[in-house]
Amino acid sequence: MTQEKLLEVTNLKKHFPLDKNQVVKAVDGVSFEIYKGETLGLVGESGCGKSTTGRTIINLYKTSDGTIRYKGNDVELLRGKNRRSFYRRVQMIFQDPYASLNPRMNVAMCIAEGMDIHNIHKGKDRLERVYELLETVGLQREHANRYPHEFSGGQRQRIGIARALALDPEFIIADEPISALDVSVQAQVVNLMKDLQRERNLTYLFIAHDLAMVKHISDRIGVMYLGNIVELTTSEQLYSDPLHPYTNVLLSAIPVPDPVVEEQRERIIVEGEVPSPVNPPSGCVFRTRCPEAMDICATVKPTWQEAKPGHFVSCHLYEGENR
Amino acid sequence: MTEATTKELLLEVDDLHVSFPTKRGEVQAVRGVSFSLYKGETLAIVGESGCGKSVTAQSLMRLVSTPPKSGSIRYKGEELTTKTEKQMQKLRGLEMGMIFQDPMTSLNPVITVGEQIREGLLRHQKMSKDEATKEAIEMLRLVGIADPDKRMKQYPHQFSGGMRQRLMIAMALVCKPDILIADEPTTALDVTIQAQIIELFQEIQRKTGVAIIIITHDLGVVAQIADRICVMYAGKIAETGTSYEVFKEHRHPYTEGILKSVPRMDGNRDVPLIPVPGTPPNLMNPPVGCPFYMRCDYAMKVCKEVAPPRTDCNESHYVHCWLQDERAPSIKQLHS
Repeated sequence: MTQEKLLEVTNLKKHFPLDKNQVVKAVDGVSFEIYKGETLGLVGESGCGKSTTGRTIINLYKTSDGTIRYKGNDVELLRGKNRRSFYRRVQMIFQDPYASLNPRMNVAMCIAEGMDIHNIHKGKDRLERVYELLETVGLQREHANRYPHEFSGGQRQRIGIARALALDPEFIIADEPISALDVSVQAQVVNLMKDLQRERNLTYLFIAHDLAMVKHISDRIGVMYLGNIVELTTSEQLYSDPLHPYTNVLLSAIPVPDPVVEEQRERIIVEGEVPSPVNPPSGCVFRTRCPEAMDICATVKPTWQEAKPGHFVSCHLYEGENR
Repeated sequence: MTEATTKELLLEVDDLHVSFPTKRGEVQAVRGVSFSLYKGETLAIVGESGCGKSVTAQSLMRLVSTPPKSGSIRYKGEELTTKTEKQMQKLRGLEMGMIFQDPMTSLNPVITVGEQIREGLLRHQKMSKDEATKEAIEMLRLVGIADPDKRMKQYPHQFSGGMRQRLMIAMALVCKPDILIADEPTTALDVTIQAQIIELFQEIQRKTGVAIIIITHDLGVVAQIADRICVMYAGKIAETGTSYEVFKEHRHPYTEGILKSVPRMDGNRDVPLIPVPGTPPNLMNPPVGCPFYMRCDYAMKVCKEVAPPRTDCNESHYVHCWLQDERAPSIKQLHS
């Protein structure tokens, strides 16, 4: 790819202390890059570390190890003007539109808070900017004086998007932005995000557990399992040619809303559940549930490698003589 | 399930209305719902949040604070709406079992799971404690919990989310009810666990012949498990039919709308999703006509003023939509 590299995450780890002796290895060594103008999707089941990855990138958590570079600069070392600029150019949309808006602030205050902090669009310009943003996300300017409780879930998520857009960001981390919404409303928000991306050349990190929706919005997808990215490739490749056994399991578990297709599908159902991130399995983290586990999987951690051009996977099936 | 009509009728709900009084007025959660359930089949009730699907299900076992305002619920020919609370208690668990969305909040954290599963047996069937224990262990085995003797003595927090949902299923089925009502049973679970639980439902149905009513908003789950489907919108049923009819031959614009607004794994990314514009109406003040008319692409003048009557497409498939009226202008087939 010849595109401009916007974000580079290298061997990122985030461990949370549980007590004196134990740590939760929420993210345990992930590496990926995001290019300008693309959407990278991160999927995985609850507890796989996808949200922690997003939050660490925007510096809500300090890294335990590894680096995050935004336009070549380590984000944890940013100071002064550069740091302010980073927080302005990178914005976040949260999952729960009920919890992420302050109930005591009206919509104009919610949206303009970032502008006030960064001292842009002051005075008369401020309210004009709020109106403009409201219209951009499909709300009306009359909504500016209302409070969050007066809006439906979908409308609140639009307010959250307007807030994220207020500072003219380049890069938006969307952490499960549609999971709390009804199906008929999810499509509204996804279409809005896609339109905004086209108009403003935004870059997205789209975190979600709904693989069908992630595939719809993302150019490339990373599949996470227990703190690791196990496979990363374009969304078309991931669906048509999945390599990692976990990706296969995940794809097979997702029901298709079509009874005729469902009738004919063969399903791979894995036994058991995701192990605890306090005590992840040795070697490959998926081996305890993997239908294709071999002896080597228990002892050696598979390396992250490019199995096909642009198609990364970490699995012993694609290493050494198995290639 | 084409032979459903020749099967034994278990449950018949007719014109059910349920309302809740609130400070600001009456919320009409369920506004005239009718459906029937036959032995051994799986009926799915789908709809968005607030459409009344859960209230409908809870009303069947009379778990809502206000009894149905009108309408009837007949179980094997017996009217349930007029039963006393004591008579209902005999029915719950024995004739109908229920599973809720969040398995953690529906299990008692300070009682062992064995005790909780035995409770139904001790209450409904004249069984000694030992017999009940034996039966409960058998049940745990049926729902796929390994080492059931040991697990009987454990507490809910020692089980994971998927395992807790299995416990709930064991509890609901231990008295061998004829009907299992599952209210969003997989919504709180991850997809790989969801796949396990759905397979368990199908296996249990094969083994015991229990009829299942599953309430969900997930159309994928519905396509996988349902024989027949009721699509609910704003407290009413918009469309009912077999799974094939609802997915492939639907006649209601709302059914069309929700099907087109979800992406499919095998779909093309470049084709934009077609969202249903707007939001559902407020049930404090429901519209007099068709509740979907504000969001409907095909809305006509009559839709705003008069609620659409039921139109039967065939024995198993009916729709509440004015487009089915012979006076309506013909539009191109919905499902292209």
